[in-house]
Amino acid sequence: MTGPRDLDSASAMPLHPAAREAFLAALDRGYADPRRLHRAGREARILLDNAREVTAHALGVRPDEVTFTPSGTHAVHLGLLGLVRGSRRGDVVVHSAVEHSAVRHAVAWGARARTVSCDAQGRVDVGVLANEATAPDVGVVALQAANHEVGTVQPVGDLDLPAELPLFTDACASMGRSPLPTGWAAAAGSAHKWGGPAGVGVLLVRKRARWRNPFPGDDRVDERSTGFENVPAVLASAASLQAVVAEREEVSARQHELVDVVRRRVAAEVPDVEVVGDPVRRLPHLVTFSCLYVDGEALVTELDRRGLGIASGSACTASTLTPSHVLEAMGVLTHGNVRLSLQRDATRADVDAFCDVLPGVVAEIRSRVGM
Amino acid sequence: MSAESSGPRIALELDCRALPCPMPVIELARHLADVSVGDLLAVVAHDPAAAVDVPAWCRMKAQDYVGADTADDGAPRFVVRRLT
Repeated sequence: MTGPRDLDSASAMPLHPAAREAFLAALDRGYADPRRLHRAGREARILLDNAREVTAHALGVRPDEVTFTPSGTHAVHLGLLGLVRGSRRGDVVVHSAVEHSAVRHAVAWGARARTVSCDAQGRVDVGVLANEATAPDVGVVALQAANHEVGTVQPVGDLDLPAELPLFTDACASMGRSPLPTGWAAAAGSAHKWGGPAGVGVLLVRKRARWRNPFPGDDRVDERSTGFENVPAVLASAASLQAVVAEREEVSARQHELVDVVRRRVAAEVPDVEVVGDPVRRLPHLVTFSCLYVDGEALVTELDRRGLGIASGSACTASTLTPSHVLEAMGVLTHGNVRLSLQRDATRADVDAFCDVLPGVVAEIRSRVGM
Repeated sequence: MSAESSGPRIALELDCRALPCPMPVIELARHLADVSVGDLLAVVAHDPAAAVDVPAWCRMKAQDYVGADTADDGAPRFVVRRLT
């Protein structure tokens, strides 16, 4: 069990209690092949169908629009490239500069990229995006529901695309926390970001979307999926999603306020800091900021020594030494960058503990280089 | 665009070719006061973060980011005008 001062829920969350319960029950009851007609197989099939229905209901889609995948990344690859393969237009994907690397890698692998820039808060101008999309060689448009690094919510529902031009929405950062946007032909989510187990992604494909499997097919329960279904894990994901959606009004309001506290206190109490992303139209639970003259890895290490776990997006810490493409596209400081994201039970005491410690830690790291 | 040909000469060029992020920006901050207000200061750095972080530093510290060009050896160079 992670402690209350794990401030990195955007990377992973501990299993939601509802997920744990469903997971343990399904380990015994849902082990069999859901395609088999014997009693054990039928039992696994019932649990799988139940998981699909619960997921569909929680997300406001039809059960036959839900596919479980082995990860959110795989759901992104499958969803996006399936739209490219099904498109009657070209193989260019117009996407924002701040998409998750899963989108960028998928496009690099199986399509051609045309990138649309964002403003300083990481928000894409949907008019510019729609304008780029009118070119005849464009087959698919991809725009995330919200940004995974800085939390800015994209105006996906305002996007007005030509008829027959499908939209792919990477909703991995927001699924469960906020309602899905409208207008997409395919969308993707990731269960470990809403308190489900790792190894479960959700691909949504609209009933009338032109989607063709971009990878080798299989003969499983769901024609879009491949491999033996992980029934206990998808059931646990569905149970968690249901619980998270039911409690999100309260949790999101509380987290939004706590993040406001962090944004305000960090900006006021740490000199030479840049708190980035949209302060209002954002994910409720996360905030990112950059500290001048600070090595992000040193900041993560020093905060961890004080019992505070946060993530760093700094170039200084990454093996490639290239800056975050999100921060780069926004034109904001890329070094000394950390992302704080609240667990569902985070309290004012947790964020105050962080804000109390931070100025001294930043000052100490700066003093090492004489700043 | 060459910063040298379009304006006054660069008063100080900082060799940060071998320095990793965030050292080029730290060197820039350390040596700002070595040039007079209105003069140009340049950072030469291979650190890929410098292309974003030097302009961001200028914005945060109210200095003028003039632009990027290349040093004599072709290394990326970022030019700043001291305003304060």
